[in-house]
Amino acid sequence: MNLTLHVWRQQGPDDKGQLERHQATDVSPDMSFLEMLDEVNEALIKEGREPIVFDHDCREGICGTCSQVINGQPHGPQAETTVCQLHMRQFKDGDEIYIEPWRARAFPVLKDLIVDRTAMDRIVEAGGYVSVSTGGVPDANAILIPKDDADTAMDAAECIGCGACVAACPNGSAMLFVSAKVGQLAKLPQGRPEAASRVCAMTETMLDEGFGNCSNHYECEASCPKGISVKFIAMLNREYLKALPKLKSK
Amino acid sequence: MILDGKCPSGPLKDKWDNHRRDLKLVNPANKRKYTVLVVGTGLAGASAAATLAELGYNVEAFCYQDSPRRAHSIAAQGGINAAKNYPNDGDSIFRLFQDTIKGGDFRAREANVYRLAQISNNIIDQCVAQGVPFARDYAGYLENRSFGGAQVSRTFFARGQTGQQLLLGAYQAFSRQVQAGKIRVHARTEMLDLVVVDGEAKGITVRNLVTGEVQCHAGDAVVLASGGYVNVYNLSTNAMGSSVTAAWRAHKKGAYFANPCYTQIHPTCIPVTGDHQSKLTLMSESLRNDGRIWVPKNKGDQRPAHQIPEDDRDYYLERKYPSFGNLAPRDIASRAAKQACDAGLGVGSGRGVYLDFADAIERLGEDTIRARYGNLFDMYQRITGEDAYGQPMRIYPALHYAMGGLWVDYNLQSNVPGLFVLGEANFSDHGANRLGASALMQGLADGYFIAPYTIADYLARTEPGKVSIKGDEFRDSAAQVEGLSNKLLAVNGRKTVNDFHRELGHIMWEDVGMARSKESLTAAVEKIPALREEFWNNVRVPGSGADLNQELEKAGRMADYLEFGELLARDALNRDESCGGHFRVEHQTEEGEAVRHDDDFSYVAAWEYGGGEKTPQLHKEPLTFEDIELAVRSYK
Repeated sequence: MNLTLHVWRQQGPDDKGQLERHQATDVSPDMSFLEMLDEVNEALIKEGREPIVFDHDCREGICGTCSQVINGQPHGPQAETTVCQLHMRQFKDGDEIYIEPWRARAFPVLKDLIVDRTAMDRIVEAGGYVSVSTGGVPDANAILIPKDDADTAMDAAECIGCGACVAACPNGSAMLFVSAKVGQLAKLPQGRPEAASRVCAMTETMLDEGFGNCSNHYECEASCPKGISVKFIAMLNREYLKALPKLKSK
Repeated sequence: MILDGKCPSGPLKDKWDNHRRDLKLVNPANKRKYTVLVVGTGLAGASAAATLAELGYNVEAFCYQDSPRRAHSIAAQGGINAAKNYPNDGDSIFRLFQDTIKGGDFRAREANVYRLAQISNNIIDQCVAQGVPFARDYAGYLENRSFGGAQVSRTFFARGQTGQQLLLGAYQAFSRQVQAGKIRVHARTEMLDLVVVDGEAKGITVRNLVTGEVQCHAGDAVVLASGGYVNVYNLSTNAMGSSVTAAWRAHKKGAYFANPCYTQIHPTCIPVTGDHQSKLTLMSESLRNDGRIWVPKNKGDQRPAHQIPEDDRDYYLERKYPSFGNLAPRDIASRAAKQACDAGLGVGSGRGVYLDFADAIERLGEDTIRARYGNLFDMYQRITGEDAYGQPMRIYPALHYAMGGLWVDYNLQSNVPGLFVLGEANFSDHGANRLGASALMQGLADGYFIAPYTIADYLARTEPGKVSIKGDEFRDSAAQVEGLSNKLLAVNGRKTVNDFHRELGHIMWEDVGMARSKESLTAAVEKIPALREEFWNNVRVPGSGADLNQELEKAGRMADYLEFGELLARDALNRDESCGGHFRVEHQTEEGEAVRHDDDFSYVAAWEYGGGEKTPQLHKEPLTFEDIELAVRSYK
């Protein structure tokens, strides 16, 4: 199939940027979306032009590196699918495809389709962990965890930290991302002792980093490649409310 | 030269305890005077960085990804082994040790592997304490499953994303130390040189992948945890950015490269669809717990799988290896698949075999299979467009893991003092074939529980802050790195880096792949230098070095593959025997099983860089087995 691409090109963070038109020819339905872009880039290089830069690494949907808004949807049209796992059989001959970077105040564009997502690392650094050092821990089966709790924790822990939830949110909020870590650790006995300080520190850092707040659009869940449920945002809010009196008493 | 692995003496089970007693310590007040540079933030790098920082050392951590959380350990699916014996099915530290040595076809160091088995239990405890959500039963206890090469269930798992969960556990411990100010993160930063001062590793030179700036960093020790090298084959299950570069540049500065020919080909990957293919996707080994592998008995049988009756199917692993069946080790299962396809029995494009869940679905119900492997079936569906609940998966072997790597002694220190190598980047524990669910175990053992002790022993013997980046060695290194970038940009030829990668991959797969011979390897040793020469005359790298330039990044890695690939082929040529993942067609039984030659090849082959076009020099570390009997590996 042959496709017309409109790709965001931006030299650097201070450049204004614009959409640029490219043709993708002889695209096989078995190609992944990124392999289609690889082919476009090969042609650009051979013409002496600079290829489109985009983030990608594992190409199996787990590292969370790839990050493109395709026709207005983070990660494109297929539900629960990262860009790298999106295959061209989802498109048809003659399609026009708009490809843009994640857009959010907390994610400045570095070049073309690549944005800076280190703000998400700083949210985790603020408290997204159990404060245990290596060594001196009890036997693994000394901590019993009901299966339902372990499963719910795992549902949240599946977050790959790609930032699609932020890109999808009209407020540029990272609530789904924050709630996935808060929810995972809040469900586990190991995470309870620090639950209050964690939820406060992570939420405050989220706001300091320029992410917005949640106003219940649920676009985050719809765009999440791992299907993380917005119920974790409700859990985040409950944890936050529970934490407030403790915070005030300090 | 004969190399010494410096394994401690004494009974096997006491070696590590005794050794730890002898290791020097650094006083808590002095630890903060030392800086350790850690390259790579996968399981080994992140766990080492976190643990060293917790102990009080200053850590500078480097990764090429935009976040330390994205290192390729994250893609490990199936699980992590430990000798807990929770299921009471006869497991023990000795049995895990024995299975790992045997699985590696008796080409690993006994002392290292035993230590790994001992530490395996601590890892599970540590990860649970961090909040890793391992699978549990209804009473709240941890669940286990089986993996290849073992007859016990010792694999702990978190759905099909065990690597992700373990890495996030390590990343979180790491992040806590970033917050504490003990780790400084340098993301989107690639190590391009090792700086050696007075014979010891004291720094690295890196390129900032956003600005293009070349920077030097000085430290008191360097930890390389930069992963494996199988992208030298172009198509593999590795991440696109996984490369040999950090290890290879260290090799060029004196570190020996051990057993590069030990590469693992994983039997269950999604088959190639065309030349556009950029990587291959693994379908976890855990699927072989319930899936049955088969091909049609008759050549050219074009019927859809469900129309082929039982009598016309060959469940070849169950037939050849009745006691291990579909859970035969990876090297054996991969070769068997190749043999079936070479005999014209392959399905799909001809390069594929079936992995069939029909029996398991009938026995356990589709819901149970969905609960166990749902994410893998979904991934298969996205990539192939086929529904594996209704028809068998098609799978084929693909490059997956490097058992070889930089040579290290028992302390995980390379022959260059101060350079420690962890995880997949070192050669140490898996011999000639790695068992499933052992990579995660090794990465975390190295990072959480071994290197923190052994690095202290090295640091205790050195004066902190001895070198600064103002020294000549750093200036020369930066100039060399800049020079290489400029040279790549100046060629301005007609072929892209990907063109060369495909060509090298073709040579490696055809001549240095699953079946290697003296002829094929000799041919590869001739073809690779010719391709290398063409690369330096005909590659086109657009853009500039002072910018975010992904083609330049790829070109630098490609230049290293074109040198390293030759060493891999030379090592395979030198090893005139079959063992584990290294299969020389000259050395096989009538049934096609690998034949080792212990008298001649029971050694680690550690190569010293020759320099330029000079041939590398071989050093041998003899392998001796005191607690385990060398035997013909049998899974029948």
